[in-house]
Amino acid sequence: MPLVLRRAVALVVTLLVVSFLTFGLTSLLPGDPAVQILGAEAATEENVAAVREELRLDDPLLARYVHWLGDAVTGDLGRSYRTNQPVAEAIAERLPVTLEIGLLALAIALAVAVPLGTFSAFRAGGLADRVITSTTFGVLAVPSFMMAILLILVFAETLRWLPATGWTRLTDDPVENLRGALLPALSLAMGELAVYTRLLRSDMITTLQQDSITMARAKGLPTWRILFRHALRPSSFSLMTVVGVQIGTIVGGAVIVETLFAVPGVGRLLVDSISQRDLMMVQGVALVIAASVVVVNFAVDLLYSLLDPRIRHGRAATAR
Amino acid sequence: MAALQPLDDVVGDATGTAEGAPADGATAAGTTAARTGRRPRGRRLGVAFWLAVAWLVLVLLAALTAEWLPLADPYLPDVSAKLEGPSAEHPLGADGLGRDQLSRLVHGARVSVTVSLSAVGIGMLVGGVLGTAVGYLRGLFETVVMAVVDVMLAFPSLVLLLAVLAYVGRSLTVISLLIGVLSIPVYTRVARANTLAVAQREFVLAAHTLGATRRRILFREIVPNVVLPVLAFGLVAMGVVIVLEGSLAVLGLSVPPPEPTWGDMIATSKTHLDDAPHAALIPSAAMFLTVLSLNFVGDTLRRRLDVKDAGL
Repeated sequence: MPLVLRRAVALVVTLLVVSFLTFGLTSLLPGDPAVQILGAEAATEENVAAVREELRLDDPLLARYVHWLGDAVTGDLGRSYRTNQPVAEAIAERLPVTLEIGLLALAIALAVAVPLGTFSAFRAGGLADRVITSTTFGVLAVPSFMMAILLILVFAETLRWLPATGWTRLTDDPVENLRGALLPALSLAMGELAVYTRLLRSDMITTLQQDSITMARAKGLPTWRILFRHALRPSSFSLMTVVGVQIGTIVGGAVIVETLFAVPGVGRLLVDSISQRDLMMVQGVALVIAASVVVVNFAVDLLYSLLDPRIRHGRAATAR
Repeated sequence: MAALQPLDDVVGDATGTAEGAPADGATAAGTTAARTGRRPRGRRLGVAFWLAVAWLVLVLLAALTAEWLPLADPYLPDVSAKLEGPSAEHPLGADGLGRDQLSRLVHGARVSVTVSLSAVGIGMLVGGVLGTAVGYLRGLFETVVMAVVDVMLAFPSLVLLLAVLAYVGRSLTVISLLIGVLSIPVYTRVARANTLAVAQREFVLAAHTLGATRRRILFREIVPNVVLPVLAFGLVAMGVVIVLEGSLAVLGLSVPPPEPTWGDMIATSKTHLDDAPHAALIPSAAMFLTVLSLNFVGDTLRRRLDVKDAGL
């Protein structure tokens, strides 16, 4: 079976299992959704029975799962038990916010990590390298929530450059929106930045010892050209793998930061709906988060094998 | 895999990252880097290593002896000292309710130590045994276990964690157990990767040629060489678990107040950032130093024990 097809089958199976787990686990949690919807006063036995009937809560788990999954495939994730808003619509409202912060964080992290890692490898063992290596090692020990609090302390409380909390829609005021997104994004970016810098540095050091680099140097090419045109590409495979994994976690990875900065993203939606016991919403959001991880990993795997000739040819040869 | 994600890429080319890479090329590149780029300097561990160990011992002692130390009551509010900076009476100042910070810090160490030790213990024991077993026995058993592991890794563990804690309740036991179970897959991967590497080495082949039984090879040749890297990984993972407690505290899902925890101290200090930044900085520093020390000790040991050179 060709690689792509094998991966695709694995993808579908994983998605099915993950969606069943999500559905099953949230369904098994205590608390009757019908009582939640009706509220304590209206929850007479009769009313509860009627609502349970309407929501098919008395069907067996598997039947409810199949029903839910059937709808989910068509993009219908049901309606919130609380607000009656369609779950898909609520997620679509929040998704751009989370994506904006996640992608901004990724862009910041890469923009800093690539030159920093390259420079560090170029001067491996030197003072600058030692400073960069130990600083990034220290940053690895600062969790995002601690980074968030430190950034608020410095940029919002002391310098008063940026708002500590609050969110402006991009369509309302792009500048305010960016100001609000900057601190959450930075909180996420710092940790990523440290990982990327260290990864790139260690791969780059290997690359710089290869004959092709000595050759390029002997030809008299300028250093920046050797580093960024010749050495960067073969050094970036581990980095790309980790960045790929990171992209997959963007949707579900900002829960803490969104909570600290009061940003209305997907993570907040999840936390809020869990605390409000809005099961339908929890199931929908969890499915979207899980699916984004699985699908992005699948895409990255494919992309990776297309980009790296060693895998492309190696695997192709064994498959035949 | 939101919550436990850091386990995969905590420190540089941690085993998880290299193992997770779909490219054999990337793994090879990482190994070469480890060999040429960061050669361990001699056999000495250095001052920094022992400083890190000393800090960890201090935290452990604080957690064990908190009750008998001559400290203020960590639950007793002293309204006059509310948000006060360091003073003779309160060496590290007081929090928003006027409770003694030093005392809460020392008592809070108990939660961090309990959660990290028990969660890592469960993950390491179950995952380590499973990973070593599938890595040595291979076959259908391995395929099935690794498929389950992959699914568990794809499942967003924070979702599970949040949901279960929100509904079942959030005692120290539940939190520790849950994090432990959720981290099993990562240890399975690490143990399997190391087992696969060790199983290819010459001394295993030699033992096999000499007619050693499979059981003898597993327990005398493979396990001793897998235990240490997994332990080193566990040290780094303890840092991740301590951070996770903090993340739960931010969401209001850590051990319920008034029980002092580092995460809760940091999370609740957020409202006082303008007038009492020390309330945030002191517990942050404690958590930072602990995680840093765990990373450092774990990473130093891992680099020394790296068997990836054998070819993965």
